[in-house]
Amino acid sequence: MAKFSKKRGKSKPEVSTASLPDIIFMLLFFFMVVTVLRDSELKVNVVTPYATALTKLEEKSLVNYLYIGKPVKKYVETYGTKPRLQLGDKFATVEDIPLFLEKHKIKVPEAKHGRITSSLRVDGKVTMGIVQDVKTKLRKSGQLRVNYSAKARPK
Amino acid sequence: MAKTKTRDRMKNEINAGSMADIAFLLLIFFLVTTTIVEDKGILVKLPPWSDEEPDITKLKERNVFSVLVNAQNQLLVRGEPALVDELRERAKEFISNPAKREDLAEKPTKAIISLKNDRGTNYKTYLEVYNELKAAYDELWDELCQRQYGKPYSDELPIAIRRDIRSQIPMVLSEAEPTNFGEE
Repeated sequence: MAKFSKKRGKSKPEVSTASLPDIIFMLLFFFMVVTVLRDSELKVNVVTPYATALTKLEEKSLVNYLYIGKPVKKYVETYGTKPRLQLGDKFATVEDIPLFLEKHKIKVPEAKHGRITSSLRVDGKVTMGIVQDVKTKLRKSGQLRVNYSAKARPK
Repeated sequence: MAKTKTRDRMKNEINAGSMADIAFLLLIFFLVTTTIVEDKGILVKLPPWSDEEPDITKLKERNVFSVLVNAQNQLLVRGEPALVDELRERAKEFISNPAKREDLAEKPTKAIISLKNDRGTNYKTYLEVYNELKAAYDELWDELCQRQYGKPYSDELPIAIRRDIRSQIPMVLSEAEPTNFGEE
């Protein structure tokens, strides 16, 4: 009898918070996995057009991005308003494409080289001239898997 | 006696209370930097580069479905003006040719779609046209797959089935070099 009352007196009614870190860690890992750290700041305006026959791109590490669009306001003074190509985080010309592709390629395991995709994120208002130049250069560099980035058309 | 008691208590528990705070900090960092962007788009396979112009004169006229998009974003399909909306149906009819018409493709394996644009064509229009043509093939694949395997065509299907479908209706979309009109 005395034993029981002693025990009851000692323990305070507390909710155990020991599992809280585990819960938070779980959330943390989820976000760490889905996070894509934006390594390149967009220097061109890109509003991709709508389409319906879409394919989802898998394995982000196999994708390299080429942006084409008009420079954002900040860069209009230096680069003008003509559509420009952006590779990584800087403005580039068509001539820089092979080097850009090569730099991406060495980060990818050899076995997956055939599945490297170039995603063209092109502004809808851009004319085909520059897009065509980029496409030609990609073909000449042997990069044939190309994705025209687009948004799903809302129904 | 009392001394050992305190030492025991210290040994027994590491204060894990701040663990949650650390985890929270990291969590918030990743929450802020996260962009759950799903990159979607129209996946195409460009033809390998060759310096020679492909000779299309050898092809029979009935097997070629030519689509021209000019710098004013107008469409010319097989020599006649057309609208983007009707492109999908026409392409489907051309490829499958259900009525066995004389002026449409002999059979799906021989059908070729030829797309040509100006340098001044809007990218948006170009992609719309490309989308319609791709969608035409997608729908045909879907129909064929429903008929033969009883399920819709999707990327989840085994590769053998997909190959089979694609060999029956191969997607041949050739793009000619654009003409230099309307460049900005």
